[in-house]
Amino acid sequence: MADVTFTDSTFKQQVLESKLPVLVDFWAVWCGPCRMVSPIIEELAKEYAGKLVVGKLNVDENPQAAGQYGIMSIPTVMAFKDGKPVKSTVGAQGKESYKKMINEILG
Amino acid sequence: MYDVIIIGSGPAGLTAAIYNTRAGLKTLLLAGAKWGGQLMLTTEVENFPGFPEGIQGPDLMANMRKQTEHHGAEIIDVNVIATDFGKQPFVVKTDEQQYEGKAVIIATGADTKWLGVPGESEKIGRGISSCAPCDAPFFRDKDVIVAGGGDSAMEEACVLTRFAKQVTIIHRRGEFRASQAMQDKAKANPKITFMMNTQITQVLGEMKVSGVKVKDTINGEEKELVTDGVFVAIGHIPNSTVFKGIEVDEKGFIKAREHFHTNIEGVFVAGDVYDHQYMQAVTAAGFGCAAALEAERWLESQT
Repeated sequence: MADVTFTDSTFKQQVLESKLPVLVDFWAVWCGPCRMVSPIIEELAKEYAGKLVVGKLNVDENPQAAGQYGIMSIPTVMAFKDGKPVKSTVGAQGKESYKKMINEILG
Repeated sequence: MYDVIIIGSGPAGLTAAIYNTRAGLKTLLLAGAKWGGQLMLTTEVENFPGFPEGIQGPDLMANMRKQTEHHGAEIIDVNVIATDFGKQPFVVKTDEQQYEGKAVIIATGADTKWLGVPGESEKIGRGISSCAPCDAPFFRDKDVIVAGGGDSAMEEACVLTRFAKQVTIIHRRGEFRASQAMQDKAKANPKITFMMNTQITQVLGEMKVSGVKVKDTINGEEKELVTDGVFVAIGHIPNSTVFKGIEVDEKGFIKAREHFHTNIEGVFVAGDVYDHQYMQAVTAAGFGCAAALEAERWLESQT
C-alpha cells in the first residue's frame, strides 16, 4: 500500500478514527528538508503496510489539522494511536530513527 | 575494500566523490541519515557560480548528488558512529555495518549551535527554530526574535520578514560579524529592529515560546521580552567528535595540515568541519575537490 494524503476534511476519519496506528508527515512545498523525508515516508508506507497507516499532510492546504497539533516547524512526523498523538519528531531524521519511533508505538 | 571512503554529503563530500569516481577510484560516500548538509536548510543561493538566476539550496544539493551518482559513486544515507584510523585499512563503522578504505576524506560539516539556555531544548519545533526558510510561514503576522550577528542571522531575519509582523535581531556584541552587504540588506528592511549588547538568558513559555529573558551585556540589566518565536543563528559546531585520534582545535574544528592532510596519513579533510574562515558552498566544494585530488595522489604514492 502506498502512502496516503491526509487533508483537513479526512483527518478525523483517516487518522483519529483509524483502527491502525497512523504516521503523519506534516510538510510543505517550500520546505527543503521535507524533500529528504518524503521518499522515506513512501518507503515506510510500503514496509509497514497492514500494520500502520502512513501518509502526508500539506500544512499550507490544511491549516486546521496542522494548527490543532501546534505544528510550528516542519518537517514534523507525528504518530497517532487511538486518536491521540503519542510521539513526534521535528526536523528531518534518517529512516532508522523513524523506524525506531514506529517500532515503539507498534510495541 | 574501497579506495576512498568519503564521510559527509554537503558540497565538500559530493564534490570529492565526483572527482574520486571520475579518477576511477572505488569510492563510498557515507552521506549521513540527513544528507545534503546545511544548504538543505536554505532557500535561494545567489552566489554559487553557474546559476545566473540563483538556485534553491536543496535543488543545488539534489543536482550535486545526481551528478555524483551519475559518475558511479556508491552513496549510503547512514551516520558514521565510530572510526578506526589506527591501522591500514581504515575502518569506518555505521550502526549496522563496517567499511574498509585505504583513504578517508572527512567532510562532515557543522551543525547548528543552540543557545544552551533554560527553556530552549524542549521548545525546539514549538517556537524555537534554526531554519527560517522552513518555519517562517508559521509566524505569519507574529513577532519573532533572531539571535546572532553573522550572515546567517541577517538572512534568517530577512526571510522572516516575508511573514512576520516584526523581527528583532538580538546580538550579544556591539557590532555585527555579518558582511556589509547582508547588514545593509537587514538594516534597510523596515520590519527589522536591532538590539545590541544583549544576551538571551532564558526562553519563556509552557507549551510554546511566549517570550525570552534578556540581559544587557554592558550594565547587566535584565528584562523580559514578549515574542512568538526565536530563530537561533549564533554559529555552528563542527561534526568532528566521532573521529578518534584526529587532531582538532579548541573549538573542535579538524586541523588541516598542508594540502588537506590531517595528522593521520591517508585521512583528509574538507569543508566546514575544518573551515571556520569562509564557510561558503563554493569554498566547501573547492576544498572537496582539493582533498579528493590529494587523496588520489597519496594513493598513487602508496603503490
